[in-house]
Amino acid sequence: MAEIAGDRLPAAASRNEMRRPARSPRRTLALLALLALFCSALFMTLGAHGNWSFVLPFRAPKLAAMIVVGHAIALSTVVFQTLSGNRILTPSIMGFDTLYALIQTLIVFLAGTTFLAVSDPRLIFAAETVVMILFALGLYGSLLKGGARDLFRLLLVGVILGVLFRSLAGFLQRLIDPNAFVVLQDRLYASFNSIDTELLAIAFVAIGIVTLIFWRLLPLLDVLALGRDIATSLGVDPDRLTRVSLGLVAVLVSVSTALVGPVTFFGLLVASLAVALVGSRRHAETLAAASLIAVICLVGGQTILERVLGFDTALGIVIEFFGGVVFLAIVMRRGLT
Amino acid sequence: MIEAAALTKFYGETRVVDRASLTLTTPGVTAIIGPNGAGKSTLLSMIARLLPIDEGRAFVDGLDVTRTKGADLARRISVLRQENGLLARLTVRDLIGFGRFPHSRGRLTAADHAKIDEALAFLELGPLAGRYLDELSGGQRQRAFVAMVLAQDTRAILLDEPLNNLDIRHAVSMMRLVRRAADELGKVVVVVLHDINFASAFADRVVAMRDGRIVADGPVEAVVTEAVIEAVFGLPVMVREIEGQRSCLFRR
Repeated sequence: MAEIAGDRLPAAASRNEMRRPARSPRRTLALLALLALFCSALFMTLGAHGNWSFVLPFRAPKLAAMIVVGHAIALSTVVFQTLSGNRILTPSIMGFDTLYALIQTLIVFLAGTTFLAVSDPRLIFAAETVVMILFALGLYGSLLKGGARDLFRLLLVGVILGVLFRSLAGFLQRLIDPNAFVVLQDRLYASFNSIDTELLAIAFVAIGIVTLIFWRLLPLLDVLALGRDIATSLGVDPDRLTRVSLGLVAVLVSVSTALVGPVTFFGLLVASLAVALVGSRRHAETLAAASLIAVICLVGGQTILERVLGFDTALGIVIEFFGGVVFLAIVMRRGLT
Repeated sequence: MIEAAALTKFYGETRVVDRASLTLTTPGVTAIIGPNGAGKSTLLSMIARLLPIDEGRAFVDGLDVTRTKGADLARRISVLRQENGLLARLTVRDLIGFGRFPHSRGRLTAADHAKIDEALAFLELGPLAGRYLDELSGGQRQRAFVAMVLAQDTRAILLDEPLNNLDIRHAVSMMRLVRRAADELGKVVVVVLHDINFASAFADRVVAMRDGRIVADGPVEAVVTEAVIEAVFGLPVMVREIEGQRSCLFRR
């Protein structure tokens, strides 16, 4: 069949060389890992003035929290993008973390702060996460079932759900008494400067387990990225995989929101950068890159803000600003096709 | 091999597929033809478990498609639909490698790579193996997807309108490939086609559908006739034998 060989584009050979990624994903990943280590080392040591016994225990939980949160956001975003079949939607844009805020508000509203004060925080966290998983599966599971072909509908529903949850939470917060509100605010808008070490330990375990499960699901997610029909033909049940993954994403969002509060565009930022740097051929590579980029952004950004610029609360704003710009750029360039 | 028994699909009140029964046992090419909305793709999708079955049952190698584990079916039957929106940016070789997933669960062995090479060679995609899919023309991309299906190495292959968006040269070479897959590799191929002439030129058996029902089923000579085609499409046509090839011509 000579005619088939003939329809090769004329410049095929040279373009072939050109379009190959300049670096192999492995090398990029190694570089990112080095950079992440470098940022962590700087964060721990810069400006310590030899007070190691004070500085290390003070900074270590902060660093650990940033790594946990960065990894959770990166993992949840990349996986959610595969589940929804596009690179624009993220759990945060779909209202996942405002849902978590609403659940927290509801618990304070219904059970009161005394209940929170006397109960084991691990138990409360577990309960919140379970509620979160159930809600996420109920709400988003039905949206993603049968394929998320209609991106506009998903985006619209997500934005509306996000506003709805935020308004409901705001409404409840106005009803509860001021003391309870202070407790709640402390829980909802925690930052890296006030890390609850007990929560951090739980977060570590939860994220560790979720990461291990996703590790086993990686080949299946690779297949799902080919689309539902091909995945089915290759023997992967898209609905089942979506349910399982969505539940795990809910855990990740719970953990990261519990530790540092909602971040809207950070996930999109790191996921887009990861795809740009290592491509999207394998989830193992994309996820690892996204995690490392998230750690670099958080730890590196925090170091610069604290040590170089001399103030320490604005990291979230800076990251959200760049994340928002990336989001707009993606939407404008691709026109949501 | 493939057995569909009174398959029915409802969209609301209407039966888009109405008690369609079909049995395929021997290697060869079976073409499903019919007007738009006749239920061709829906029938194919139900057999391939891409759509839930409302009534009736479908079997592949005696296994009920609604009850058998996806992984077991994926080694027996493969399906390719017309629109495939990939989220991942893959090379041709990556894509074909995914065809081996039912056998290797994502860890390609030397045997898998041999199968991938075979598929590349069969579709003459060797020179394009390292290219990304978004750098290919529509016809080349279509061939890459067919190569993935061949690498899956199932006896039954279902293709839903594989000629969509292909010009006549690429459409003919695609159908020759389908023919070769049946003749040289012993595949049981079912193709949904819009063009009656492609069905009559390349298929062993033609199944004609109208309003969700199978209204004719048999060899080309029995189905591609003026009477049957007029009944199926609601359009008077001329069927002529031109140099031993049965062709269907419309009137102005």
